Amino acid sequence: MSYDPTAAGDTTVDEPATLPTDRRTGCPFDPPAELTTLSDKPLRRMRYGDGHMGWLVTGHAAGRAILADPRFSSRYELLHLPEPIAGVSGEMPPAPVGDMLGLDAPEHTRYRRLLTGKFTVRRMRQLTERVAQFTTECLDAMEQAGPTADLVEAFAQPVPALMICELLGVPYADRERFQSDVATLFDQTAGLEAKGAAYTALLQFLGELVLAKRAEPTDDLLSDLTASDLTDEELAGVGGMLLAAGLDTTANMLGLGTFALLSNPGQLAALRADPGLAEQTVEELLRYLSVADPLLRSALEDVEVAGRLIRAGETVTVSVQATNRDPHKFPGPDRLDIHRKATGHLAFGHGAHQCLGQQLARVEMTVAFPALFARFPTLRLAVPPQEVPLRDRSNIYGVISLPVTWDKE
Amino acid sequence: MNGPMDSPEEPLRLSVDRDRCAGAGMCALTAPEVFDQDDEEGLVVLRHPAPAPEHRAAARMAVGLCPAGAIALNSPDSTDA
Repeated sequence: MSYDPTAAGDTTVDEPATLPTDRRTGCPFDPPAELTTLSDKPLRRMRYGDGHMGWLVTGHAAGRAILADPRFSSRYELLHLPEPIAGVSGEMPPAPVGDMLGLDAPEHTRYRRLLTGKFTVRRMRQLTERVAQFTTECLDAMEQAGPTADLVEAFAQPVPALMICELLGVPYADRERFQSDVATLFDQTAGLEAKGAAYTALLQFLGELVLAKRAEPTDDLLSDLTASDLTDEELAGVGGMLLAAGLDTTANMLGLGTFALLSNPGQLAALRADPGLAEQTVEELLRYLSVADPLLRSALEDVEVAGRLIRAGETVTVSVQATNRDPHKFPGPDRLDIHRKATGHLAFGHGAHQCLGQQLARVEMTVAFPALFARFPTLRLAVPPQEVPLRDRSNIYGVISLPVTWDKE
Repeated sequence: MNGPMDSPEEPLRLSVDRDRCAGAGMCALTAPEVFDQDDEEGLVVLRHPAPAPEHRAAARMAVGLCPAGAIALNSPDSTDA
């Protein structure tokens, strides 16, 4: 598909951008510098990896409108990728069975309806004590092995991993079988072949588990779902999607969030002084860090957004980082401010696909951050901040490791 | 949400569309006095179609946050549907 500004109905001509991805020049918590300089244009032309001319959305209102609009599809086979992936020449393959992220209504609705009752605010809050227990166990182990630790390995990864494994009914002891596969799925440098192999391995693991749950149901989500009309293949797919989404996202929020708070001592002091700020701090960290990014949609028909005409078939990339730093929505957006009301951010997306597990993520973070800082009042980085290795080639941003230290009592 | 409905003193009338609900829980999180989710499907339950004055601001926020546009807000005197 070639770009013709007159055919697209544009009155504004702008230089097409490619998706800015390089964060290395500035603060590790900030979006790539080129993205924020685009903030005066909510929507602009973007050149995709395969040459497709689509759109880049950096404005909050425009991003929100697109994500909420069913005229924009999430089906993978309709999307063009911002950057080429090895092994994808033209179209993306359609969503594998059970992966509702790549489906539209009514197929998406069918899966989503089976799951929403399991992730309600009430049910997730009932898990508070269990999260606190896992957190305490991780902090105990970290303290005993200390006074230095890799916070990612000791805390940020195991807390959400233990929780999603328990919720789904996946044995935590088996995590070596799936953890690296999940990492490959989010790795932007992995080719389609590697991603496919990782997905197959993950599905095989879950397929075996589904058979076990059918034979002998236990008290968990996968067992519950065996009572639904989902086939074994669908069950494994849904389970794989939930496991992948639940493992990496919160882990990176906890790791990167700790780094951000340690780098903003005034904010950390305010949180320590008033643990009642925990929920608000979590919302602000979600906005400020926006670890899951970007979100892609494809227009099913011609749609006008913010005065620009998006043509049927054009892919739209909503930059969550940029929309959550839109100064029209969040004044002084580059400042981490835990006193801010960050509600309304798009860190969990928006529309029918808005994150199913967001209430679980909130409970986990609201428990885990204050527990960490209460246990280690002198927690600090063990290396200069610029030496913290960042996951800047993954669809989930974060820190690869976070070396920390503290004073032993 | 512009105009007179912005006033916290103005009464308001809410309605919900469970068919549109995505079960994200933003309403139950933001305005728990007004909205809930049922345990089976996790879909929106409207506890108070005409919330008390102290819960109106939160209810309005929940309307604005709903990812699926499943909550509608009407002035009680409004004659249109």
